[in-house]
Amino acid sequence: MKESIEARQARAGRLFVAPALTLIAVFFFVPVIGGLVLSVTDFDIYAIGSPDTARFVGLRNYADLLANPVFWKAVWNTFYFVFVGGPLSVLVSLVAALAIHSRLTRLPSIWRTVYFLPVVTTLVAVAVIWRYLYHPRYGLLNYGLGAFGIPPIDWLGDPHWAMPAVILLAVWRTFGLNMLIFLAGLQSIPEELYEAAHLDGANDWGRFVHITLPGLAPVTLFVAITTMLGFFQLFAEPYVMTQGGPLKATTTIVLLMYEQGFRWWRMGMAAAIAFVLFLIMLAGTLIQLRVTRERAR
Amino acid sequence: MALLSGCAGGSHDRVTLRFWAMGREGEVVQELVRDFERENPKVRVIVQQIPWSSAHEKLLTAYVGRSWPDVAQLGNTWVSEFAALKSLEPLDTLAHQSLIARDADFGGVWDTNVIDGKLYGIPWYVDTRVLFYRRDLLKAAGYDSIPQSWDGWRAAMAAIKRRAGQDRYAIFLPTNEWNQPAIFGLQSGSTLLADDDTRGDFEGPPFRRAFDFYLGLYRDGYAPPVNNVGIANVYQEFERGTFAMYITGPWNVGEFRNRLAPTTPWATAPLPGPQGAASGVSLAGGSSLVLYRESKHKAEAWKLIEYLSRTESQVRFSHLSGDLPARRAAWRDSSLVGDPALRAFETQLTRVVPTPKIPEWEEIATRLLEQSERAIRGAAPPETALAALDRDVNNILEKRRWLVERERQRAGTAAR
Amino acid sequence: MKRALALAGWNALLLAGALLTLIPLLWMVSASLMPTGEANTFPPRLLPSVATWEHYQTLFTHLSVLRNFRNSAIVAVSATLLSILINALAGYAFAKLRFGGRDRVFGFLLTALIIPAQVGMLPLFLLLKTMGLVNTLVGAIVPFLASVFGIFLVRQYALGIPDELLDAARVDGAGEWRIFRTVVLPLLAPILVTFATFTFLSAWNDFLWPLIVLSDDAKYTLPVALASLSGEHVQDTELMMAGSVVTVLPVILVFLALQRYYIRGVMMGSVKG
Repeated sequence: MKESIEARQARAGRLFVAPALTLIAVFFFVPVIGGLVLSVTDFDIYAIGSPDTARFVGLRNYADLLANPVFWKAVWNTFYFVFVGGPLSVLVSLVAALAIHSRLTRLPSIWRTVYFLPVVTTLVAVAVIWRYLYHPRYGLLNYGLGAFGIPPIDWLGDPHWAMPAVILLAVWRTFGLNMLIFLAGLQSIPEELYEAAHLDGANDWGRFVHITLPGLAPVTLFVAITTMLGFFQLFAEPYVMTQGGPLKATTTIVLLMYEQGFRWWRMGMAAAIAFVLFLIMLAGTLIQLRVTRERAR
Repeated sequence: MALLSGCAGGSHDRVTLRFWAMGREGEVVQELVRDFERENPKVRVIVQQIPWSSAHEKLLTAYVGRSWPDVAQLGNTWVSEFAALKSLEPLDTLAHQSLIARDADFGGVWDTNVIDGKLYGIPWYVDTRVLFYRRDLLKAAGYDSIPQSWDGWRAAMAAIKRRAGQDRYAIFLPTNEWNQPAIFGLQSGSTLLADDDTRGDFEGPPFRRAFDFYLGLYRDGYAPPVNNVGIANVYQEFERGTFAMYITGPWNVGEFRNRLAPTTPWATAPLPGPQGAASGVSLAGGSSLVLYRESKHKAEAWKLIEYLSRTESQVRFSHLSGDLPARRAAWRDSSLVGDPALRAFETQLTRVVPTPKIPEWEEIATRLLEQSERAIRGAAPPETALAALDRDVNNILEKRRWLVERERQRAGTAAR
Repeated sequence: MKRALALAGWNALLLAGALLTLIPLLWMVSASLMPTGEANTFPPRLLPSVATWEHYQTLFTHLSVLRNFRNSAIVAVSATLLSILINALAGYAFAKLRFGGRDRVFGFLLTALIIPAQVGMLPLFLLLKTMGLVNTLVGAIVPFLASVFGIFLVRQYALGIPDELLDAARVDGAGEWRIFRTVVLPLLAPILVTFATFTFLSAWNDFLWPLIVLSDDAKYTLPVALASLSGEHVQDTELMMAGSVVTVLPVILVFLALQRYYIRGVMMGSVKG
């Protein structure tokens, strides 16, 4: 009797996971492997019509990519976005979380909802809005800056300001998410620690540095890694606002991949770009984890 | 191949044709289509409107996704791409049998649709680029009309610039467009690509001459180093006289009339050429109507194409859309004949040349504009920019070279 | 007194922050109601001189945005309903049902979280092409059906279900499917609502994949239609803002209604992670 229950359970277990596993295998893992295969061919528009024109080219796509200055510009732009925008976004989230968590704050759940609202919005819609906000003459941003005496900036037309413009948009759109995570982290730090420190004579700043920050360490790592991974995939904002310009200032790795794959139909090359992105993201994650482990020692 | 078989019998049900059209043309063609349906009661036409901004990607995705229309409007620089994909029906026989006569005068336009000796599209409407200019500013500089040769043109620009001063210019050439350098190259006799369109020829002497001429216009201060986004409002600046000349297409005839103050004296002229009028060629733009090879209703689809090519349809379409008719006979219509601004276009259309008719042209044109911009901004000397361009272009064309070579070898073995 | 002042000042600061955060969205609504051309004036206007619905009218009549709205709804709702079922089953099984290789398979699945979606996008497109699903709404739904993140979330939550409850039902003779339906699903309800909210929002907002897989503008979802519109109508600011409002409003409403669950899900997923 007991055996048959176990056997039934095992069978049900396999049946229950079957749909999900099949779907993931067919529509995720197989394409990923397919991507790897594509990346060593020169599959392009000719090949879509007549597959016999596709050739195995080994690592040539990767070699061409590494020799292409546009690729390096895309890597530079993406890194600029990740390593300037990332910490900025995390910082703003932390400040917002601390602000909401503070005892002085009334109606914390209202502020929390408001600060979170940008996260929920559709990226394309938001990029469209900000494109108008960034207009050198008619945009609200320059108008607001003008009130402080700052001359108008051509946010989306000037190669020096285009990426900062994209960063500002990304920070606005994502700080609410990490803010929530920091809030969860803050709420999990026991009150007794603060009280004990207070009794020991520590002031606000001391408590912040010695209790809050260390208490937030695991959450900070999580936020740092997930933000970094998300930012590496920057695509929609430059696609809608600047098409990768001006002068390729906002061309990112994913935008390059899209252009190669769906504008010029160089699918082999696009697959190679996607794979390089994966390797970069993997490296970034491993490095972050390693650095944290070193620091913990 | 059975082209005209199928649903021609009277006992068959209605045939539904799918017709893809872009932008404004897609909006206005619906009226003509309704009349076509009235004339052909057994045929129903569904017009799908596609915005220009995504048309190229859309057409290609549709090809991959196997969801073709029966008839489509294609920008004529795209005809070669889709012919290369073997998705279009060759139209030589149909055109020969029908009333659509090849236009001897507008030969260049027709030519853009002939790929590897076969006709793949019927020109629907045309456009080309001519010179729009401020008559008053030209006259004040001492010229009654635009000089026909490059030397004369430069002299006129110099005169205008002398009078204009520091912040004003003779001509506006957006730095991020490939049309201008390509046009000058074609005027100089360059074919842009060589060896059966498998190699770049931008370093060759004809293009180099054209490129130097083009860069010289910026260097000498005749043209501002500004792109088409940085200008803010082209119409306002033309009205203010910030520049006196602008190379653009027929859509701006209507726009100029709408947006400029009526007192602004402007006119159009065909482009000057290196050696005078005859060498002043321009690009043969416009759209063609194509028939998809996989269409199940080719006979009816051809009827639609024929209908839209009739002189009356061409005239009517021209009124509705503001586009210029592709059949010269339609130009006899009073509204077109009487419009002084359009005369330059009619003349220019007898002197147009196609860009290389290969699928890779779009990408090559993008590289051309990138390298031009580099050279204009002084980020690279012209030799470097053109060498880089040829390198890029040769890379892009590598697959085509391999395919052409493969075809050659196959033909060679077959011949043995 | 000083404390009251500090309190007021502090909350005023938070209010200022909230306003700064909301300005883009507020301006979006305001501009969508402005008469044509008013949004492109100098100095920029904050409020319409006279509110007009004409741009919404244009969207829904001339530009058939209703069609895109319907497509987005179909994709988002189908993706949500199907994915709840598929991922709840799998998440529960990984947590509570014992079968061979269970934990190894689950560990392997987690590696998928680090692979960016773009790696498989092109081959997925080619795969769907052979299946005839390119340019169909089904093709747009496919990537959302099974989600490693969803399985992870459900499993995490399901681990908290007492084994005794399940064993008791088994002893009573109930089959596994019946147990899942009558005992487990009700218990999983909170996390399923959370996950449903996530999925709905992601599916509604998805842009790159529908852009690639849908070529018929009749089949476009709202984000793709909006991007396509913005290419053509870049001069028509007010029209674009109306389009943005139509795209963004449903997700904001869904979020406001279900924010408790969404926020709980985010915080749960992070602290455990």
